[in-house]
Amino acid sequence: MIQVIMEYRFMQYAIISAVLTSLVCGIIGVIIVEKRLVMMSGGIAHTTYGGVGLGYLLGFEPIIGAFFFAIVAALGIGFIKTKKTGFSDIVIGLFWSLGMSLGILFIGLMPGYPPTITTYLFGNILSVTTFDLILMIVLTVIVLLVILVFFQDWKAHLFDQEFTKILGKKTKLMETTLMILIALTIVVLIRVVGIVLVIALLTAPAATASIVTKKLNFRMLYSVLFSLFFTLTGLFISYSINVSSGAVIVFVSIVTFCIVFIIKRYIIKRKQIKWAVK
Amino acid sequence: MTQKLIDIENVSVSYGQIRALTNLNLTIFENDYLGIIGPNGGGKSTLLKAILDLVPLNEGKMTYADTSLKKSNIKIGYVPQITEMNRMFPITVFEVVLSGKLPQKFQPFFRYDSQAIQDTLDTLDKVGIAKLADRQINELSGGEFQKMLIARALSLKPTILFLDEPTAMIDNASQKQVFRLLKKLSTEMTIVLVTHQITTILKQVNRLVYLDKNILADGDPLEVYNYMYRQPIVSSIMNRNTGFSEKEETL
Repeated sequence: MIQVIMEYRFMQYAIISAVLTSLVCGIIGVIIVEKRLVMMSGGIAHTTYGGVGLGYLLGFEPIIGAFFFAIVAALGIGFIKTKKTGFSDIVIGLFWSLGMSLGILFIGLMPGYPPTITTYLFGNILSVTTFDLILMIVLTVIVLLVILVFFQDWKAHLFDQEFTKILGKKTKLMETTLMILIALTIVVLIRVVGIVLVIALLTAPAATASIVTKKLNFRMLYSVLFSLFFTLTGLFISYSINVSSGAVIVFVSIVTFCIVFIIKRYIIKRKQIKWAVK
Repeated sequence: MTQKLIDIENVSVSYGQIRALTNLNLTIFENDYLGIIGPNGGGKSTLLKAILDLVPLNEGKMTYADTSLKKSNIKIGYVPQITEMNRMFPITVFEVVLSGKLPQKFQPFFRYDSQAIQDTLDTLDKVGIAKLADRQINELSGGEFQKMLIARALSLKPTILFLDEPTAMIDNASQKQVFRLLKKLSTEMTIVLVTHQITTILKQVNRLVYLDKNILADGDPLEVYNYMYRQPIVSSIMNRNTGFSEKEETL
């Protein structure tokens, strides 16, 4: 295996993208899970398919199309959410399906069918190109810097937005920034697990971490480690038996989540029984 | 003469088609311990949020010590309704109260200084939850959570404290503790309290306002209570809250 990694560039790229993915997933994933933004993230992810289709149709990098569609979807859904009209659920559904239909439409307008389109839908960590990798590095650095540099502000804001507003913070700016960071994270993930499976990698590591630890910063740390474990295990399994990496990564992460959940339940139960006997 | 802290002139707020406040006028004076009562949907929470600039005004204006909120030296503390909070968020009591010490500007790699930490410990002690400092908030009871929110508001060192139903959803013993604490605080700062526990606050507050989209009564607590009690619609609400029945009253 190590020889393969040393020898092939695609394998090196795959490992670097696994690390990048884990970093953003760990941090943004925890926020998404805590703020109950899972469906919104799913909506943004599926909207990007329109951008991918447009990229194929007009002949530019599909991931760039995905990037712009993700930003527009994040800001659009975010804007409706702040209006507190109760329509955000509907808007998410509309963006979700509009993006998919646009993608299908754009690809239908093309002569022929691009064979690589499935790697955007279901992800293939082994087909990450140099351009993808550079984009992923830039986006990951942005996400990490924005969150870690202003960590205390984010912590207070995520717990209670009204309170940070009373403190005099620019909460609208923070909310918009958060939406953009979620969009960037999704773009990083698309090449690894694909549009359809993005939600799994945004939730499974954070959810698993939430079983293990209660502190926000530790949750982010454990979430990074879990998603590193998921992506690397998935990568090696998919390379060995030659199946879609996205599917394997998601499968591994959800199975691990279930195992950790059961272990935790079992241990807690035993502890409680011991305590009761005492 | 007592000083005007907040002057509310002709304020209207609506959510879409629904009017929450219509042409409301109210002045909050320094050292007021003001209770706000009224029916559900009467605009009590909206009034607080409007004063805190959390909801936009459709009409009218607010002046804070004769100027705007940002320019004035009024510091506002706010205790929201528990039901609006995310009680599962992974954060400790200490961290929540400490967050009141966040600076207004964004400071990269901000860390709380030792003064802020000491202040927070003092505040926790004052509210009587020093023992809970390291607890995760999802382990707290309703009453403990409420006290934590009061501590967070106090850590801003407010000149005026707003509380939105601080005793809803908590048991009798905790309610008493919260009211005792508020009574103590009322000697140090102006307090505005929204509540449904009318009889309990009659002995607490020094001014009572009855709010139903507009202010229907304002003044001495007992007078406001008696005045509103004589009105037939309100009396049914009062009966429910006080436990008195019509029968007992006529007897």
